[in-house]
Amino acid sequence: MPETPSPTPTRRRRVDLSSPVVWAAAALLALLLFNAVVNPGFFGLRIQDGHLFGSPVDVLKNSAPTLLIAVGMTLVIATRGIDLSVGAVLAISGSVAFTIIEGSSDPTSTGTAVVAILTALAVGLLLGAWNGFLVSVIGIQPIIATLVLMTAGRGLAMLVTDGQIITAESPAFNWLGGGFVLGLPAQVVLTLAVLLLVAALTRRTALGTLIEAVGTNPEAARLAGVRSRSITWTVYVFVAFTAAVAGLMTTANVSAADANRAGLFIELDAILAVVIGGTSLAGGRYSLTGTVIGALILQTLTTTVLTMGVPDEYIRLFKAVVIIAVFLLQAPRIRAALSRRRGGPRAVTSPAVPVPPVDGADARPLTPAVPAPARAADGPSSTSDSSVDSDQGALR
Amino acid sequence: MTTAVPLTAPAPGSGPTAPVVEMSGITIEFPGVRALDGVGLRLFPGEVHALMGENGAGKSTLIKALTGVYRYDAGTVTVAGQEQLFGVPADAQAAGISTVYQEVNLCPNLTVTENIVLGREPRKRGSIDARASRARARRVLAELHLDLDPGSILGRHPIAVQQLVAIARAVDTDCKVLVLDEPTSSLDAGEVAELFRVVRELRDRGVAILFVSHFLDQVYEISDRMTVLRNGRLVAEHRTADLPRLQLVQEMIGRELSTLEHLDRAAAQPAPTDAVPRLSARGLGRTGAISPTDLDVHAGRVTGLAGLLGSGRTELTRLLFGADRASTGTVEVDGKPVRLRTPRAAIAQGIAFCSEDRKGEGVVGDLTVRDNVLLALQARRGWVRRIPKKTGDELVAKYIAALDVRPADPNALLRNLSGGNQQKVLLARWLLTEPRLLLLDEPTRGIDIGAKAQIQALVSQLAAEGMSVVFVSAELEEVLRISDRITVLRDRRTVADLDGRDTTLDDVVDLIARGGDRA
Amino acid sequence: MTVSDTRPAPAPAPEDTAPRRTAAQSAYAWLRRTDTGSSTFSVLVTAVLLVVLFGAGSARYENFGYPQVALNLLVDNAHLIVLAVGMTFVILTGGIDLSSGAVVALSTVVTASLLEAGWPAPVVIVLVLAIGSSLGWAMGAAVHHLQLQPFIVTLAGMFLARGLCFVISEPSIPIRDELFTGLAQNVIELPGNTYLTYGVVIALVVVAVAVYVLHRTRFGRTVYAIGGSEQSAGLMGLAVGRTKVGVYVISGFCSALGGLLFSLYILSGWSLHAIGLELDAIAAVVIGGTLLTGGRGLVVGSLLGVLVLGTIQSLISFDGGLSSWWTKITIGVLLLVFVVVQRVTTRRDRSVT
Repeated sequence: MPETPSPTPTRRRRVDLSSPVVWAAAALLALLLFNAVVNPGFFGLRIQDGHLFGSPVDVLKNSAPTLLIAVGMTLVIATRGIDLSVGAVLAISGSVAFTIIEGSSDPTSTGTAVVAILTALAVGLLLGAWNGFLVSVIGIQPIIATLVLMTAGRGLAMLVTDGQIITAESPAFNWLGGGFVLGLPAQVVLTLAVLLLVAALTRRTALGTLIEAVGTNPEAARLAGVRSRSITWTVYVFVAFTAAVAGLMTTANVSAADANRAGLFIELDAILAVVIGGTSLAGGRYSLTGTVIGALILQTLTTTVLTMGVPDEYIRLFKAVVIIAVFLLQAPRIRAALSRRRGGPRAVTSPAVPVPPVDGADARPLTPAVPAPARAADGPSSTSDSSVDSDQGALR
Repeated sequence: MTTAVPLTAPAPGSGPTAPVVEMSGITIEFPGVRALDGVGLRLFPGEVHALMGENGAGKSTLIKALTGVYRYDAGTVTVAGQEQLFGVPADAQAAGISTVYQEVNLCPNLTVTENIVLGREPRKRGSIDARASRARARRVLAELHLDLDPGSILGRHPIAVQQLVAIARAVDTDCKVLVLDEPTSSLDAGEVAELFRVVRELRDRGVAILFVSHFLDQVYEISDRMTVLRNGRLVAEHRTADLPRLQLVQEMIGRELSTLEHLDRAAAQPAPTDAVPRLSARGLGRTGAISPTDLDVHAGRVTGLAGLLGSGRTELTRLLFGADRASTGTVEVDGKPVRLRTPRAAIAQGIAFCSEDRKGEGVVGDLTVRDNVLLALQARRGWVRRIPKKTGDELVAKYIAALDVRPADPNALLRNLSGGNQQKVLLARWLLTEPRLLLLDEPTRGIDIGAKAQIQALVSQLAAEGMSVVFVSAELEEVLRISDRITVLRDRRTVADLDGRDTTLDDVVDLIARGGDRA
Repeated sequence: MTVSDTRPAPAPAPEDTAPRRTAAQSAYAWLRRTDTGSSTFSVLVTAVLLVVLFGAGSARYENFGYPQVALNLLVDNAHLIVLAVGMTFVILTGGIDLSSGAVVALSTVVTASLLEAGWPAPVVIVLVLAIGSSLGWAMGAAVHHLQLQPFIVTLAGMFLARGLCFVISEPSIPIRDELFTGLAQNVIELPGNTYLTYGVVIALVVVAVAVYVLHRTRFGRTVYAIGGSEQSAGLMGLAVGRTKVGVYVISGFCSALGGLLFSLYILSGWSLHAIGLELDAIAAVVIGGTLLTGGRGLVVGSLLGVLVLGTIQSLISFDGGLSSWWTKITIGVLLLVFVVVQRVTTRRDRSVT
């Protein structure tokens, strides 16, 4: 994907309308407002047995696993990568934990639960290290490297559970899924904790900056002495860790490990949340806030449609349409067109032509001499215009 | 400005005297830059025409205007007497203009045959006639006397052969004009000879060839006429035979006196030369990039590398930083042998490097000025030990002020800054690591005159403070003014090592133009 | 200059000197000639793998060697073959299509519901193919004109197609139409007490057409050219945009056709059919030797890739002791091996380029 410089000067302190995070936040706000109007009971919270209940809590709780993985995925995507195997890792983690609990002599003891949790997390880290090894050492494209584990992983999970849906009653373990902390669901609190951990880890250390450097300009990062390999490796280990935690939460929630269906397609939801939150799949700048908003949008949509009494079968279509709308809003060309309409003419950097590095300034123009408005305007409408076709090909 | 050029000389040989291509008044503007300013160019059938100029002269831009990659803002292009306006490369090809780019714009995954006939495959009843394609490819290859298996995969051949295939493709289109954009930059002598044989053959068949190269010997060997550009403007058009090398080099680099104030170089007290050099390279080289070279860099000295584009000046600095891996030679830092296999290894030795490819290899556009300035220092500390915010802020503020970065906003995204300010940020990035040896490859290219003067002054000051600097620039005057010692490179090897004080521009130009012949 | 010595000097111009050749030699020569993307070797590896797997099965399980077992590989995977063909086109340009499994499901649902509503079968078939192609066109247009990533665009397409499935009908609808049941139940008798279904014939026709399009038309050449270097393809004046949109249309069409074959095979339409089928298709394409970065690969390889997947499945179902999940693990390991080998070979190539 060509790098598309944000057309807005950063010095402006007002709300930056070109920022995808702002649009995502606006979408979430609109969704919530819509709920408030259509279904006044949506924001109703009640306290029962000292625990908080209500739609907003449900949204938070149900979005927890996706959100958790999406946070890890954000870092992976920021390094220009992607991890398709998180669903499989989730299933393996849950399966490992339940198999240990079921097989132990004292399934209900807290000690067993702790052993199960730690083993599952360790397995998760190991799988992440494997993905990271394939990507950063062997140099395989991330999408393919993680496809391997995505395919084999569910098989491994079933190998662990011997193809059975394992149920076990371990109060300590099940607390992960259904427990409460200070009236809030444990899932929400755990997710929040991991989120804060990541925020601290990326802001308090230099990890965040170095990840963005590697994702934005890998060669510049290498020449500046950044250890890109170990950073890339780290993010794959981390996303697998989040998937393992999510695996514990989801399996504990239903008190059963279903190797076949646990976390099915969660990788897609997580990637969606990241992209809706404004982090580009091309890597570079990322936004954890955006990812949180993205995950909440996905879950609020589902909850909204459910509480509206929309027939169950329309939910997916509705979601699909909203997601497509968000993507279209974020399409570089459409955003460029929008910002031009608002803010007058601005240079739209075209997809940069890879140019020979030897010949200096004259080989590295910022913009081809094609008038930008003409190019952006004819994009969406004329789909088979051959001049547009070759134009694009040439400039890429 | 085109009017001043004598355009009287007819094409050599007996071909028709009307130019097949006539470009005039071509102007192309990019935001903030006028890349071409009313440039003209004439190509006659049956001649090899060299387009000469240093970095930023506008050669590539002019070629891209001719081949339909860029649209021009003003001017006309006439091909075979008809005015043309090319929207896309296909238009230029249809008009008989074919281009062979330096980086070979063919598909490496396809066979030689497929590449030659791609998009124009002979068809029989609607489907591609593989036999006829092969026959056509064979015929074209035979015309050029190339012994090449047409069924072989292009990517398996060396670049030189791929380039010849690109020419074969152009011949297959029956082109009237063939543009060769730096075709020889990665070829060895034998390969160049083969390329020139083919070029001459085409010339003799009446094709007009526009040849871009930074190797003067090659230009003099192959071209009949040349056009010199400088800073986006036309300098002159000459018959090659009438133009002494010295004059060519002078026209390329320009002699206009700079607006810079005089740098007080005497203030810098050079260390005694008998001291152990800070960095000493022996036989350092890399196959296909630079021949084994010796280089000594002393403390408190600025060592200038002078040479034209492609002379090996960039390649040498990259080897010193471990950006590319050397295939021969040894390096000693302070008399101790070191292995500079990666940038990290070089950084650990106190070496810093500003690449000539600022955008591709320096600027991390999505990060703020602050993060860019701190990047190298932070990378050296590792990601765990973050530079404390206060320390970081102070350092950044100090360097923003010292280097006069504008806007002086540490939170601006680097990509929104001008080229000169980006360069200052990159300098700050390295100065923060307190390097003992600073490698600067074209630090002043493409930036405004004020920033340029500031950077030059900074380099002198750093050297005065004891830092060693290797300074590479296409502008010889700049190299001369700044450097204590000057190493002159030509055709990927060192031809001279001079004292910066008693060297004149003429000496260097002469060395670059004629190589070691003088001695 | 040493132009001549760069060539490994194989037998020059096989069609000029045509002495008697063994079948194997002809097959090899044929592969070399059709080899636009230089994947001959990968395809041969896949073919050998297929033979070895099948041989191992025949040696180990006594009924495995029956011809019908081999033919069943085609019968059971006809829809996947068609899907993999469409996927090959997309991947050859360096793209990917995640929507194909969902489009298969959508096709079965549309087919079943319209047939139940009494629409004539031919009309339904045409309509389903049109829907698939239009979806593909829309995704291709988004990829090319909006410069969105194929991964994201086809992901959205996948959600859309599945969403439409649920809107049309959530429960499974049986197909009772005479044309469909007739096609499904009548088989083509072959000598040796074996048979093939019509679905297989259609799938093989699709493979043949795809081979023709990829190797004998300018469109096909442009597909390979884009995969090799999109920038070069543009500078050579090829119709890059039209071709890029085109491959998604082809993939959409193939998904819809695959959906029709799947409805024939399973005689029902259900919104949860074919979940994850796109991954099987991608795996088959990769195992068939096509580079996921584009530019290299053969449709024949994808066909063999599907058969390898089918053979693994048969092997595991023949062995009572092995559980079904070994299929996934084996496919994963195979994927890994092929991907690593590809990585090593392309690294070598790039050092030359």
